[in-house]
Amino acid sequence: MAVTALLVDGLTVRFGSFRAIDALSLAIDYGEVRAVIGPNGAGKTTLLDVISGITRPKEGRVLFDGAFDLTQASDSAIARAGIRRKFQKPSVFEGLSVRQHIAIGADAGFRRALDAPALEDRVSEVLETVGLAGHATHLAGELSHGQKQWLEIGMVLASDPKVLMLDEPVAGLTDEETERTAQLVRRLNRPDRAIIVVEHDMDFVERIADRVTVLHEGRTLFEGPMDKVRADAGVIEVYLGR
Amino acid sequence: MMPLSKDRPFLALLLALVGVALAMGLLAGTPFALSRYLANAIGQLAAFAVLALALDLIWGYLGILSLGHGLFFAVGGYVMAMYLLKHSFVVTGTVPDFLQFMGWKDFPFYWAGFEFFPYALFVAVAVTGLIAGIFGYVSFRSRVGGVYFAIITQALVYVAMLLMFRNDTGFGGNNGMTGFAVLFGWPMGTSGMITALAIASLLVLAGVLVGCRLLVGSRFGALMLATRDDETRLRTLGYETLRLKLGVWCLSALIAMCAGMLYVPQVGIINPRVLSPELSLEIAVWVAIGGRGHLAGAVIGALLVNAVKFWLSFAAPDIWPFILSGLIVLVVLVFPNGLMDLATFKLVRPMGPRRAAAALEEGR
Ligand SMILES: Nc1ncnc2c1ncn2[C@@H]1O[C@H](COP(=O)(O)OP(=O)(O)O)[C@@H](O)[C@H]1O
Ligand SMILES: [Mg+2]
Repeated sequence: MAVTALLVDGLTVRFGSFRAIDALSLAIDYGEVRAVIGPNGAGKTTLLDVISGITRPKEGRVLFDGAFDLTQASDSAIARAGIRRKFQKPSVFEGLSVRQHIAIGADAGFRRALDAPALEDRVSEVLETVGLAGHATHLAGELSHGQKQWLEIGMVLASDPKVLMLDEPVAGLTDEETERTAQLVRRLNRPDRAIIVVEHDMDFVERIADRVTVLHEGRTLFEGPMDKVRADAGVIEVYLGR
Repeated sequence: MMPLSKDRPFLALLLALVGVALAMGLLAGTPFALSRYLANAIGQLAAFAVLALALDLIWGYLGILSLGHGLFFAVGGYVMAMYLLKHSFVVTGTVPDFLQFMGWKDFPFYWAGFEFFPYALFVAVAVTGLIAGIFGYVSFRSRVGGVYFAIITQALVYVAMLLMFRNDTGFGGNNGMTGFAVLFGWPMGTSGMITALAIASLLVLAGVLVGCRLLVGSRFGALMLATRDDETRLRTLGYETLRLKLGVWCLSALIAMCAGMLYVPQVGIINPRVLSPELSLEIAVWVAIGGRGHLAGAVIGALLVNAVKFWLSFAAPDIWPFILSGLIVLVVLVFPNGLMDLATFKLVRPMGPRRAAAALEEGR
């Protein structure tokens, strides 16, 4: 029996008179990798912004673990509750080393969450997972685009989040890097974690996703497994066919 | 960040500061002692360098540009002047000029207790903390940053200047406060006092420099840089950056306050011109010229620019604004990281018109 991690309930986000998200409802369960796809401007990033507390909705709620309404909480409180997110534009701290990024991600707040040896172990483990063990002392500014993407994934992974959101993790990556990222995402999948991936690359989505939600103009156009998505006339019309 | 033990330029600067202080102490009273003018100039330069460190801490390491740091410098300076006048009055019976000028018989009631230095110090810290705390909380809370923050701080210092220009506030008005006779029971203006103040300034500078270096090299310092580079990213990792910014902002204000307290007894006067927007802008220029985000750079920038200014105030007082503007243009166009570029020979070739146009084209 699946347990719901995030319940989006009647969500509406407006920018002026424009509805970026329009009465959207959806549920994401623990243990699944959910892909959210849709044309540019469909509201995918805006949805993640609401879940992570950056954008406030006009109406509706987002419940985490059935009780915690994220639309009322601050971005840092949401992160401390165990919801972490990689941004669409790779967001790393140019002036800090790779190692420092993971350490910052592993602690949440100014008081240390882990003692020094435990932190050391955690950092090594995460660097190993995202394949940056050889770059620990490099500055983030010196990394390639793909490495920055992995660094940011490592940073959000370091705290062992219950909900992990990845906004376009393979945009601009080579085929080989995309393949590595796909394997990484599958490895991160666990029964006590929900993963949301926003992506345009259909082959990538097919490889990683358990279920797919297709957004269009702020509403759910279709939800189901990838093979059904590809066959759906409505999806082909607004998205895949173009 | 480089470990402290390997940070050669930093250690060299620290050694030089402590060395000069030591030499001044040992040579005092001998024929080899520095002239009173030079000793006094060194002390004032050191106070300005402390002020530059205050700004570099929040601008270079936290990305918050304040164009109003003269305000905190002035709080320290005014409180120090109040202590000096009241203390001098108690010891020598001299009535301050501004009281006579206003025709007042006695100090206003809020001058009570200022003859006690610990109380004056407490007031300076409390006022600085209060202004910085409230202003910082309101600004950071409503996410005011960047250019807006810089403009508001500039407005703040300007308003403070207008306030202090009033003669009825009991802080000396447009003439300011001067005529300091005694400090800690010792007469002012003697060679010994001048040397002692300069040494104290150098040692405070060295102490603040080491303190800032330890702070920015710590885990907390890494979080400061992270806030500077991408605040939203850090917040969505669970860090309440408001607390971090407010804490460093207040610390920076307190350092600027210390600089003001060191400066006033050495220059012998304070008036509302320390609150002029120009001084606050100039601090940013010292830091930019030295290389913002480098503590040693900020100190060297402040020392160099002010040394040139001191010298020019004799040689050619009228051309200082042109020199200053020239330095700004140089830093913006040729050495974006200030003297640090010179040190590492990373001379950026200025863009010719054609390359500039191409760069604009690309940026579109
Ligand atoms: N802060 C904002 N202000 C105004 N409009 C916005 C803002 N953020 C997003 N939008 C608009 O909302 C729509 C959805 O954007 P977004 O969620 O980024 O789409 P995507 O599905 O491509 O990630 C777009 O039309 C975008 O222009
Ligand atoms: Mg997007």
